[in-house]
Amino acid sequence: MNFLVIGLSYKTAPVELRERLSFTSGDPGTVLRAITALSGITEGMILSTCNRVEVYAAAQNPALGCARLQRFLAEHHQLDEAQLKPHLYIHSGRDAIRHLFRVASSLDSMILGEPQVLGQLKEAYTQAESSCTAGPVLNRLLPRAFAAAKRVRNETAIAQHAVSVSYAAVELARKIFGDLAGKTVMIVGAGKMCELAARHLTGQKIGEVLVTNRTLSRAQALAEQFGGRSVPFAEFPLFLHQADIVLTSTAAGGVLLTRAQLEQIIRQRKNRPMFLIDIAVPRNIDPEANNIDNVYLYDIDDLNGVIETNLRERRKAAKKAEDIIDQEIIRFYSWLRSLEATPMIVALRQQAEDIRLQETAKTLGGLQHLDPSDRRAIEALTRSIVNKMLHPPVTALKRIGDDITGEIYLEAVRRLFDLPTDPQQPTQPAPLEEVSDKKQDISS
Amino acid sequence: MIIDLLLFRTTLAIYAVATGLALTDILWRRPAIGRHSRVLLWSGFGLHCLTLINRYLATGFLPLSSLHESLSFFAWAIIGTYLLFHMRYRLAVLGAFVTPLALVLMIFGSTVPMSSTPLNPSLQSVWLPVHVGLAFLGDAVFALAAVAGGLYLLQERMLKKKKVSSLFYRLPSLQTLDNLNHRCLSIGFPLMTLGIITGAIWADRAWGAYWSWDPKETWALITWFLYAALLHGRLAIGWRGRKAAMLAILGFACLLFTFFGVNLLLSGLHSYATFGTP
Repeated sequence: MNFLVIGLSYKTAPVELRERLSFTSGDPGTVLRAITALSGITEGMILSTCNRVEVYAAAQNPALGCARLQRFLAEHHQLDEAQLKPHLYIHSGRDAIRHLFRVASSLDSMILGEPQVLGQLKEAYTQAESSCTAGPVLNRLLPRAFAAAKRVRNETAIAQHAVSVSYAAVELARKIFGDLAGKTVMIVGAGKMCELAARHLTGQKIGEVLVTNRTLSRAQALAEQFGGRSVPFAEFPLFLHQADIVLTSTAAGGVLLTRAQLEQIIRQRKNRPMFLIDIAVPRNIDPEANNIDNVYLYDIDDLNGVIETNLRERRKAAKKAEDIIDQEIIRFYSWLRSLEATPMIVALRQQAEDIRLQETAKTLGGLQHLDPSDRRAIEALTRSIVNKMLHPPVTALKRIGDDITGEIYLEAVRRLFDLPTDPQQPTQPAPLEEVSDKKQDISS
Repeated sequence: MIIDLLLFRTTLAIYAVATGLALTDILWRRPAIGRHSRVLLWSGFGLHCLTLINRYLATGFLPLSSLHESLSFFAWAIIGTYLLFHMRYRLAVLGAFVTPLALVLMIFGSTVPMSSTPLNPSLQSVWLPVHVGLAFLGDAVFALAAVAGGLYLLQERMLKKKKVSSLFYRLPSLQTLDNLNHRCLSIGFPLMTLGIITGAIWADRAWGAYWSWDPKETWALITWFLYAALLHGRLAIGWRGRKAAMLAILGFACLLFTFFGVNLLLSGLHSYATFGTP
C-alpha cells in the first residue's frame, strides 16, 4: 500500500485556478467516496484551503493511483487535464509523508508558521473519518503529522512574534505597557487599516476607546463597534493626554500632530509613556516626535521593518523545524518496522517451539524406561536450550525499531530461519508495508 | 576552617553554574535551561545561608567584619532579593543579569583572606549587625534597581531605534521595569536611611560622635542624597522611565564607590575593612 499526495498550492498555481479547483462547496463526503470508488484507491482525504487544494490517498499502485486522481480532479471541476497538469505536484512514499508533515507544521505555508493550516488539516481528517474514507494508512499518518506539527510549534520559534501590522502593533504595545488592561486607545481616522488594528487592540481588554474622524458619523459608527465614544475631529488634541495608545490613519490629513504639541501632551501626562502608531501615508504625526522621552512613534515602514525581522527569525526557525520533520519521519518508519518485528518474533518463537515439541516427543518415545521426573527434566532442558538460543535474535529484533537499517535484520532473520514472508496474516499484507522510499516518477 | 572554606567554595561553584545556565537561556533562547538555573540558584542560596550561619556559630558575630565577609553577605543579599522579587513578579530574565553581579562579588570575596579576625573591641556592639546588615540589604535592593535600570535603557533604546531581536522579546516590558525601579526605591531607601541612622548611633557609642565626616560617611550621604532626589523626582515631579533608570544606575555606581572605592582610595575610621588590615 502506498501513500500519495496530488495537489496544487499558491506556489504552483494562480488564484483563479485554485478557486476553480477548490472543494469547499458541495458535500465533501460524496467527493471523498467518489475518490475511494476509483479503482486501486483505498483511502482518501481532501485538504482545500484558499492557498492549496490537495488530495491525500492510499493506493496499491502509486503511479496508477496518481493518474486516476489527476483525471478525477480535472473531470470533477470540468477542466482540461493538460491545462491542469503543469500546476500539479505529485509525491508518493516518503516524499508524500514529508509533504504532509511540512504542511501540518506550516512550513509550506505562504506565511511561515501560521496556525490555521493545522486546524484545516484536522478538519479534513475528521471529514475523511466521518465519510469512512480514512483507513489504516491515514489513521497511522495523520496523528503522526499532528504530533510533528506540535513539536515544531513547541520547540522552534516558528510561530512566535507578529507577522502582520496589527499584531505587531499589539506586541509592541505590550513591550511598552506590559498589561494593556485599562489602557486608553485613541483612533484618529476611521479607515480600514485603523479598524483592523483597533480590533486587535480591543481584543486585549483595553480600557476606553476614543474615536475621531472628519466625518463625525463614521467616528460614531466605529466607536459604537468597539464600545467607545466619539470625539469631534476639531477637538481631538484636547483628549490626547488621556490616550496611552494613539492610532492615526487619516488619508488626506498631512501632519496632524507636531513635535511641540506632543511635548506638551507628554508633560501633561507626567511623562507616562505614549505609543503612537501612524499608519497613514502621508504620515499624520511629525516623525521627530519619536525623539521625545517616553514617546514611541512607529510609522508603517517601522512596523513593516519589525515584521521583516520577525519573518527572518521564523525562516531561521524553519531550518530547525526541517530537522524535526526529518526526525519525525525516521521515527515514523522505525515505528512501522517495529510493527513488523512483533509478528516475526511470534513466528520465530512458534517455529522453535514446534521443532522442540516434535523432537522431544520423538526422543522420549524411545526412552520408555524413564520415570516422569526424568521426563520433566528433559522437557525443561530442551525448553531452556531453545530460550537461550532465541534470546539474542529476539532482543535484536525488538531493538531494530531504533535502527535505520532495521529491515536488513528482518530480512536476514526471515531467510535464516526460513520464515513465511508474512508471518501472521499471509493473505492480507500489513498496510503501508511497502511505503516506498523512492519518489515515483508519475509524469513520465 | 575547612568546612567554612568548603561551604563557601561550593556556593561559589553553584552560583557560577547558575550564572552560566542563565546566560545560556538568554543568549540561545533556552527557557528550560533558565528554569534549571533558578533551581540551582535556590540551592546555592540555601548553601550560602548555611555558610553564613556556620560562620556566625564559629565567631559568635554576624559575619560582617572583614572584607571577605562583607562581600559574601552582599552577594547573599543580592541573590536573596532577586529570588524574592522573582517569586513576586516573575522576572526570569533578570536572573541572567543579577547572578553575574553576585558571582563577581563572590569571586572577589574568594581572593581576599577568609580568616575572621577578632573584632576590634571598639566595634563590638549589637549595632554592628544592625548597621551593616541594614546597609547591605539596602544596597542589594538598589543593585536590583540598577539592573532593572540597565535593562530599561536597553529595551528603550531598542524600541526607539525600532530594532527588535530575540533579546528584545525576552525582556520585561518597560512598565514592569519602571515599576521595579519604583518598588526597589521605596524598599531600599528606608533600609539605607535606617542603615545610616543606626550607623550614627553606633558611631556615637564607639567613637563618641554621631557624625565625624570620615570619607565613608560623606560618600554614604552623597549616595543617600542621590536616591532621595530620585525618590522625590518620582513622587513629586513625575520622573519615570529613562531618567529614573539612569539615576538608579548612577546611584548604584555611587554606592559601589562608597563600599569599595572609599576603602581602597581614601582612609578614615571605616578603613578596618580594607585588604588584610583588620
